[in-house]
Amino acid sequence: MNRSILTGQRLVAIFLLGCVMFNYPLIALFNKPAKLLDIPLLYFYIFAVWVLLIGLMAWFIERRED
Amino acid sequence: MLQGWVIASVSFAYLGVLFAIAYFGDKRADAGRSLIDNPTIYALSLAVYCTTWTFYGSVGRAASTGIGFLPIYLGPTLMAGLWWFVMLKIIRISKANRITSIADFVSSRYGKSQLLGGLVTVIAVIGIVPYISLQLKAVSNSFTILLHYPEIVMPAKAAAQPLLQDSALYIAMILAAFTILFGTRHLDATERHEGMVAAIAFESVVKLLAFLAVGIFVTYGIFSGFGDIFSRVEAVPKLKSLMTVADTGASYGSWWSLTFLSMLPRQFQIAVVENVNERHLARAIWMFPLYLLIINIFVLPIAVGGLMHFPDGSVDADTFVLTLPMAERQEALALFVFIGGLSAATGMVIVETIALSTMVCNDLAMPVLLRWKWLRLHEKQDLSGLLLSIRRWAIALILLLGYIYFRAAGEAYALVGIGLISFAAVAQFAPAIIGGIYWKGGTRQGAISGLLAGFAVWTYTLLLPSFAKSGWLSINFIEEGLFGVALLKPQQLFGLAGLDEISHSLFWSMLANIGCYIVISLRVRPTVVETGQGTMFVDVFKRTAGAEGTRFWRGSAQVQELLPLIGRFLGPDRARAAFLAYARRRGLASIDALEANPDLVHFAENLLAGAIGGASARVIVASVVKEEPLGIDEVMNILDEASQVRAYSRQLEQKSQELEEATSGLRAANERLKELDRMKDDFMSTVTHELRTPLTSIRAFSEILLEDPKTDLIERKKFLAIIVREAERLTRLINQVLDLAKIESGNAEWHTSEIDLHEVIEESVAATSSLFSDKHIGLNMVLSGNVPKVKADRDRLIQVMLNLLSNAVKFCEAERGQVTVTLSAGDGVVRVDVQDNGTGIGEADQQTIFEKFRQVGDTMTAKPQGTGLGLPISRQIIEHFGGSLRVMSELGKGANFYFTLPLNGNGAEHREGRTEQ
Repeated sequence: MNRSILTGQRLVAIFLLGCVMFNYPLIALFNKPAKLLDIPLLYFYIFAVWVLLIGLMAWFIERRED
Repeated sequence: MLQGWVIASVSFAYLGVLFAIAYFGDKRADAGRSLIDNPTIYALSLAVYCTTWTFYGSVGRAASTGIGFLPIYLGPTLMAGLWWFVMLKIIRISKANRITSIADFVSSRYGKSQLLGGLVTVIAVIGIVPYISLQLKAVSNSFTILLHYPEIVMPAKAAAQPLLQDSALYIAMILAAFTILFGTRHLDATERHEGMVAAIAFESVVKLLAFLAVGIFVTYGIFSGFGDIFSRVEAVPKLKSLMTVADTGASYGSWWSLTFLSMLPRQFQIAVVENVNERHLARAIWMFPLYLLIINIFVLPIAVGGLMHFPDGSVDADTFVLTLPMAERQEALALFVFIGGLSAATGMVIVETIALSTMVCNDLAMPVLLRWKWLRLHEKQDLSGLLLSIRRWAIALILLLGYIYFRAAGEAYALVGIGLISFAAVAQFAPAIIGGIYWKGGTRQGAISGLLAGFAVWTYTLLLPSFAKSGWLSINFIEEGLFGVALLKPQQLFGLAGLDEISHSLFWSMLANIGCYIVISLRVRPTVVETGQGTMFVDVFKRTAGAEGTRFWRGSAQVQELLPLIGRFLGPDRARAAFLAYARRRGLASIDALEANPDLVHFAENLLAGAIGGASARVIVASVVKEEPLGIDEVMNILDEASQVRAYSRQLEQKSQELEEATSGLRAANERLKELDRMKDDFMSTVTHELRTPLTSIRAFSEILLEDPKTDLIERKKFLAIIVREAERLTRLINQVLDLAKIESGNAEWHTSEIDLHEVIEESVAATSSLFSDKHIGLNMVLSGNVPKVKADRDRLIQVMLNLLSNAVKFCEAERGQVTVTLSAGDGVVRVDVQDNGTGIGEADQQTIFEKFRQVGDTMTAKPQGTGLGLPISRQIIEHFGGSLRVMSELGKGANFYFTLPLNGNGAEHREGRTEQ
């Protein structure tokens, strides 16, 4: 149960991280008509963060020991 | 050329496959080998979230707002992080209470209120019917477009088509038939549909593959990769603006509110009711967002590609997914896309109509039917057929409503607009649900007023304006406000401008909803049942799993009353089977053996709740059960106890283990104490006996001397000598008792020093030499020259030696006696032996001689040869210095008393350390 609560708390931390990264003002930093690897910067940023969040969640969930 | 019959037969073939999967899934479920007992399938079934609104609408939204299509998918991704706590809690509560719909959940939480259940149902129907009509519209439009292949023709207004030629009508009818077949084959107490879930998971795969196929075709077939598409965008200023968000507060506000809106719990049916195992939730937490991510990768390329391909705006962006392959003459791909869209639509429609029909049946129809006495419902024997037909009619009715809405308002808004209005309606449940599972203080009246207020604001700010825009209401209502009051403009309520309509409505409705919920909850005292249910929901994790012991009324009914009652709703056979299983669980052979008690009533109510909802089950069971309501204090006591049970049980386990250990320790200690007590009694009686013997002789001789003054001098001297000797013996005895007591209690004084055992032995021998010479007993000394010094108390060791030597003399025959004292060293110890050739000691006595007052021979009859304390004292002394005192002997062959002392003297120091404490 303790490990399960720990996993839950890690996921809440990911939630908070996502809330910050997907919202103003961080998102405004990438709101520019620039491109990265041929992809518009803003889209690149959002999809990169998205992949990061899912990866972190999968990492914490599939590696938990309970 | 795609003929209508080709499209239709492919569609029917696809639906046939779905039905086969569902049928197979149900068969497997009945056989106990669940097809959907798998976390991946659970995650896929959750992807029913991606309806045609995603499949077709995302591209449309991306084409008009650019990045604006994303928050609807980012929200659930973020929310997934909270599922571990929130969703798990909802699932746990629902399983414990056999909750079968969101209306059931809310009404159960707030005291099994029928009013609340009905209210939630009404809001859900009003909020979701437009969403269903959206699915009909999407399928019908895509069908019409595909029918004109290879021409690209936008469908005319649906209303313009004659009713019987309207494909949406047929689609609605087919879907209704399909849903009835899927969802209401039989009445299930848990309201789960395994086959349907399997089919939904399959549909999720199909629609994802279809969308990816179009995405890859557009990105790599029409264009040459992401880079190519985005570099072409540069050239078109209108498209370039889609790549960023307008840098204003309002656009970020709307971004945020959409993210928030899409976070709210949805898909109650799939996520909670159809959940097989709550452990599946873990994988869904990351897999469901992953699905959303994958299905969104190609949205922007398709949108931009479509805008570049059809630059004149003649083609609706909502149809790009279909029209792009058509424009490129990809017949098979277009057909596949149509099937993907069909998947997205059917999945959503089936799930939502089943959920809604359950709610309509349990929370609207049942309460009404139960009240209408003239229906004579109480006289009917089997109501399960009635329940099923209510649900079937409800499904048909909901789809009919969806179709009517589609005919009436389908063209007023683009697809995405309808979707968001629907989202905002369902969002009204969030405060009552989230508040209900985390705040015990939320009350029924609070929830009702919150829901009503939120729903009213939603109607005023979103629904009515959408009607107005469809031309059913005067547009003045939007532009000038109600009764011409500018402050009441529905989309700029109280002058709040600058937000988009969804954010605006969401803000005001949530403010009203949450505000009323909290304020009213705080003002009204909850009833007993509300408090009880509230505590049970909030503290669900503190209760043991499957604990059915908590209830807030006590009452009992005979099984003969309950079984027919339940049988009327579930069907007699199913009810009988359920009761039998319940009896077996309790170790009873048959149903008739079940006792009439509150547990049985609770079981029956729970069983019924699965079929007709918690609130109705409460009313029905109450009709046969004589109940006495519990007071609030009693309920709280029950709850407190129950919630503490789990925490305590773990502690108790630990404690009981500790207790067991302590008990066995205590038992041993008790035995030892009893033994000691007996020994003390023995000791006391022996001491008194030993003291009385010399006292008696002293007194006897003293009395002779006192009473007979004529005793001659010789006699007198003789008597006095005896008195003196006996008095000395008495003194010695008392000294030894005191000595022993001191040593045993640890109060003795020890003067430890380095001593040479040669000296000790010689001094002792010298002190006892008179004893030896009196009895003419020989003494040999074999003293090894090389014995190291030991740490001990010199006087005490001499005391031991004196005791051993005098004992040896005592038990040796005069003249023939021979005593040998040996001193040797080795193996870390020094050893001193005192060997005699006297009477010896039998094996039985060899241990007892070291106990107090035990002497060889019967002390009661034979004249005692000593005090019986010498050896115990000696042993105590030797053990104090870490050594041991033992005897080797055989009867008639003399005895060898020997003691050893450790050379390093650690024992002495250790024991002294302890004595000083």
